[in-house]
Amino acid sequence: MEVLLFGIAKDIVGKSLLRLDTSENLPTSVKELKQTLVSSFPQFGKLSSLAVAVNSEYAEDDVSLKQGDEIAIIPPVSGG
Amino acid sequence: MNSQRYDRHIILKEFGAEAQQRLSDASVLVVGAGGLGIPVLTYLNAMGVGTLGMVDNDQVSLSNLHRQVLYNEDDVGRKKVTAAVRKLTAQNRETNLRAHDTFLTRDNALDIIAEYDVVVDASDNFPTRYLVNDSCVILKKPFVYGALHGFEGQVSVFNYKNGPTYRCLFPDMPGADEVPNCNEHGVLGIVPGIVGNLQALETVKVLTGVGQPLSGKLLLFNGLANSFQKIKFSVNPQNTKIKGLRANYDFSCDLAVQSISAPDFEELLKKESLQIIDVRTAIEYKESHINGVRHLPLSELESGRVEFDVKGKAYVLCQSGVRSQKAIVLLQKFFPTTTFFNVAGGMNQLHSYAAKY
Repeated sequence: MEVLLFGIAKDIVGKSLLRLDTSENLPTSVKELKQTLVSSFPQFGKLSSLAVAVNSEYAEDDVSLKQGDEIAIIPPVSGG
Repeated sequence: MNSQRYDRHIILKEFGAEAQQRLSDASVLVVGAGGLGIPVLTYLNAMGVGTLGMVDNDQVSLSNLHRQVLYNEDDVGRKKVTAAVRKLTAQNRETNLRAHDTFLTRDNALDIIAEYDVVVDASDNFPTRYLVNDSCVILKKPFVYGALHGFEGQVSVFNYKNGPTYRCLFPDMPGADEVPNCNEHGVLGIVPGIVGNLQALETVKVLTGVGQPLSGKLLLFNGLANSFQKIKFSVNPQNTKIKGLRANYDFSCDLAVQSISAPDFEELLKKESLQIIDVRTAIEYKESHINGVRHLPLSELESGRVEFDVKGKAYVLCQSGVRSQKAIVLLQKFFPTTTFFNVAGGMNQLHSYAAKY
């Protein structure tokens, strides 16, 4: 499962693509994915608004995830 | 409207004289005359938008010039709107240019925005972005959003024909300590140029009806990979029912932070010796600082490296007044009996220093 990281999410993880290993328990929903991120990178817990897209579509917490899904983590950005 | 001037628009089959006339009849408000606002203003002015308003209260500083390409070296220290109106008038004297020499605030946002057809959010902070969103929803105005982070950008068109809003993507404003801005994080000069030009393109599409505006789609640009991605999202009807502005649009902090205005601070500085803590980065500090300040970069404060004592009153300073608020929340934990004041607007608003940096 590949997770593309944008904005501050990329800075927190330190790279723009995060591969979740197939041998681990893969998250089955957006909510679980967020929990996985927070447990691996506690700084995610600080973000109050974090958009997640699954296969190029905005996904609420209850959207389920499966192998091969393209996931993007999109925090708000403020610069101008 | 001088039709010869816009001949290449008029002969463009999908555009033509009709779309040109719509541009000429239109009014656009650009919030922020900085990195994003400049390409928007420059192109909309060149292309013949009839009325162009801009809201900004900043002065041009030296560290703006690498990305805010409308300004020259001799504009440093000048009001951005003053410098911008001068350049834009020379570029196209037919445009009705309107300078709102203020920041957009809860008190003036509805009155200013009400006068325009479309708003371009080219601001550089979350409070203004949420204020623009809520005001545009209340007034039923479409707005063209653009924002940056380092080498990346986001573009979308919100509140267009009952489409989704900014809050449909990011429902709640982040806290002051969550996401850094350009002053803290840095930005590659060309990136606002690219993102701002995309905003100008979307604005033209909204005004003329030519093409499909990016409504319900968030465009993500990554300058390092030179890649574009579009994310589809839909409207949450709750977010379109905003009837009034919120009580405030300031960053919420756990502690109430006391502030002093930049002019009052400058007056005080002339009269007495103050304890001042400058929390900017080493590079910013090296460029320009007030003599005698204690330099404690926010990053060091966050990692707990505080090697001095502060008693009584202390004034906390950064470039724009946002980081200093975060710093006060942290400093208060180290020094619970000290009274800290945030210098509102930071170095940018201190007239004796702003121009130099």
